[in-house]
Amino acid sequence: MNTQMRFDAGAPHAATVVARTQESPSIFTLRLRLDDAAAQEAYRFAPGQFNMLYLYGVGEVPISIMSDPEDRDGIGHTIRALGRVTQGLAKLRPGDRVGLRGPFGRGWPLQEISGCDLVIVTGGLGCAPVVSVIHYVLRRRERFGKLVIIQGVKHADDLLWREQYEAWAKLPHTQVLVAANEGAAFWPWHVGRVTELFGLARFDPACAVAMMCGPEGMMHAAAANLLERGLPASRLFLSMERNMQCAVGRCGHCQLGGAFVCRDGPVFNWGEVQPLLAHRGF
Amino acid sequence: MRAHADPAVLLPIDGLPALLAALGRDGYRCIGPAVEKGAIVMRELDGNDALPRGLQAEQGPGHYRLVADPHNRYFAWANGPQALKPLFFAPQETLWRAGRGDDGALRFEAVLPEAPKLAVIGARACDLAALALQDAHFLRPERVDAHYAARRARLFLVAVQCAVPAATCFCGSTGDGPVPTAGYDITLAELPEGFVAHAGSDAGRALLATLDLAPATPRQLDAVQVQGEAAAAAQARALPGKDLHDALMRRLDHPRWDEVAMRCLACGNCTAVCPTCFCHAEFDQPALDGASSTHQRVWDSCFGESHGHLHGFNVRPDIRTRYRQWLTHKLAGWHAQFGRSGCTGCGRCIAWCPVGIDLTGEVAALMAEQP
Ligand SMILES: Cc1cc2nc3c(=O)[nH]c(=O)nc-3n(C[C@H](O)[C@H](O)[C@H](O)COP(=O)(O)OP(=O)(O)OC[C@H]3O[C@@H](n4cnc5c(N)ncnc54)[C@H](O)[C@@H]3O)c2cc1C
Ligand code: SF4
Ligand code: SF4
Ligand code: FES
Repeated sequence: MNTQMRFDAGAPHAATVVARTQESPSIFTLRLRLDDAAAQEAYRFAPGQFNMLYLYGVGEVPISIMSDPEDRDGIGHTIRALGRVTQGLAKLRPGDRVGLRGPFGRGWPLQEISGCDLVIVTGGLGCAPVVSVIHYVLRRRERFGKLVIIQGVKHADDLLWREQYEAWAKLPHTQVLVAANEGAAFWPWHVGRVTELFGLARFDPACAVAMMCGPEGMMHAAAANLLERGLPASRLFLSMERNMQCAVGRCGHCQLGGAFVCRDGPVFNWGEVQPLLAHRGF
Repeated sequence: MRAHADPAVLLPIDGLPALLAALGRDGYRCIGPAVEKGAIVMRELDGNDALPRGLQAEQGPGHYRLVADPHNRYFAWANGPQALKPLFFAPQETLWRAGRGDDGALRFEAVLPEAPKLAVIGARACDLAALALQDAHFLRPERVDAHYAARRARLFLVAVQCAVPAATCFCGSTGDGPVPTAGYDITLAELPEGFVAHAGSDAGRALLATLDLAPATPRQLDAVQVQGEAAAAAQARALPGKDLHDALMRRLDHPRWDEVAMRCLACGNCTAVCPTCFCHAEFDQPALDGASSTHQRVWDSCFGESHGHLHGFNVRPDIRTRYRQWLTHKLAGWHAQFGRSGCTGCGRCIAWCPVGIDLTGEVAALMAEQP
């Protein structure tokens, strides 16, 4: 195995869709394998990093990697069909080809959590970057303290992987707090704003790390709550999204003040970005 | 003024063709000043082209006009709309190509540019400083841009000291001019009798040696120094400091941003003429036969709608936030990214703004009030 192989410079690398799962009407998961077997074997990433996926003749989009880093068999991406590229990716079937470059950016600070509680906050449809962390932690349960998963959705039907949340809620040392602004029949969770649930979260602020991902407004509210609960700002992290064209710190589109989100992020410490996020426009 | 390690020589006033011929013998294509549509542009000089002489560039906010230079000099025009940027960072180019075989498999290949040996005649101090900044961005050791690097490696730079700064110039206050101090192969300072020339590299030294020139006299060296000091003193515009990071970032909610947004057209001219702006977009151009697609990059501007596009949300939906992005990136963000401001004081964004927005004026207005 050639550990020097890199897949994040220059042109993309050919990859094939080996499996496709429809997760909801607009969300699907593609499992990709690099066509070059040695490349697939050598590919490494950390949870929270992303790839640029290329749809032939259309373009590239940044997509988080949601499979387990120790799974050598394929590289998982859960994608929401929205615009030009992602709607095209949605039409791919097993055997179809794409281009892949990556992994890019800085992932979650998983070493820092070791032995401590982990609070995960996500909004909207739930985002792949934190789902990959949940899977990562559950597979290595002994290394971590309590796991608290807090998720807010607009409508109960928006909750992706609902059975999974119900299963997680039954695990020891794991707390699942879900809120939907609008409920539905048999909705087992809270109806109302997700911020109303923060008071219920059980974690030790002296030894906890929080990871957030989702709409920026939601992350602001979540950060305020967690800091109020005594979590130090240095242990609060979030994953940012900005327009990305190159993913290598060159095209300038992802800039957030002096940071290039593709290179210095997408995971940031709260203190690094809070001053700018407070001003609309960065 | 700096001390040159190399002795200065004098290229006679009619010696420019000999310089160009020597560069041609070394295999360089010469890029130099020419008048096009009433402005000085940099373009490839064909052997018989005489360099424009006796012109000054009268510049002001939203204003550029070539006027006569009473001293009939070659380099009395301060600058034109183009800096050196298009020579290394191409306005549009192919990065890679994807091919699709009959079996559907994709193949990717890098597409590198043809990079001829280019010699640029007439680079200004602000341009050289901007080039050093573009180098810092595109040639980061851990991520060298192959396209930029290919062009950059084959370049010979003949700088000139500015004798007649335009009214829009403020390189003195950014510390980048008007005297070229680094980054050139040869630098020239124009006097009535000729050009005092210094080499700044081995290539420059070798080239000057082929011309068999007489040493410059002490009087000529003094005249060059006086000229540089006078050019600096003649600059009427300035930025109020080299590091405005904290001062600007404390003023993100200043009412001046709303005021400038009323005037700015978000046309992006300022970013296109700026020698340090590096933003670009990438897009695919499929071939008509469907068997291949090229992936291209093209200059982009933070004033455009698509720069901050996220599906369903624009990070910078209005001109206020876009102008603020441009100015705070240029004068604040660059300090974090490259350890200095992104402005080298060339004044192009002032002259080529259709409504005459002057960044030195905007900074002054922002600083006039306490945050
Ligand atoms: C670090 C990172 C990780 C991401 N991870 C995921 C993920 O795991 N799953 C998922 O479904 N989505 C993810 N996204 C968002 C995803 O990249 C966009 O939804 C996608 O780019 C939309 O492209 P489009 O061509 O379909 O949409 P259009 O609206 O047609 O967009 C046109 C172009 O704008 C850019 N663009 C648009 N929206 C975004 C955006 N939100 N972020 C960055 N560039 C954008 C892209 O270059 C895109 O091709 C991630 C974004 C980032 C920055
Ligand atoms: S910001 Fe304006 S004056 Fe400064 S380098 Fe760019 S174009 Fe020149
Ligand atoms: S400042 Fe002037 S040149 Fe720049 S985008 Fe606005 S109107 Fe155009
Ligand atoms: S995506 Fe191009 S600089 Fe970050």
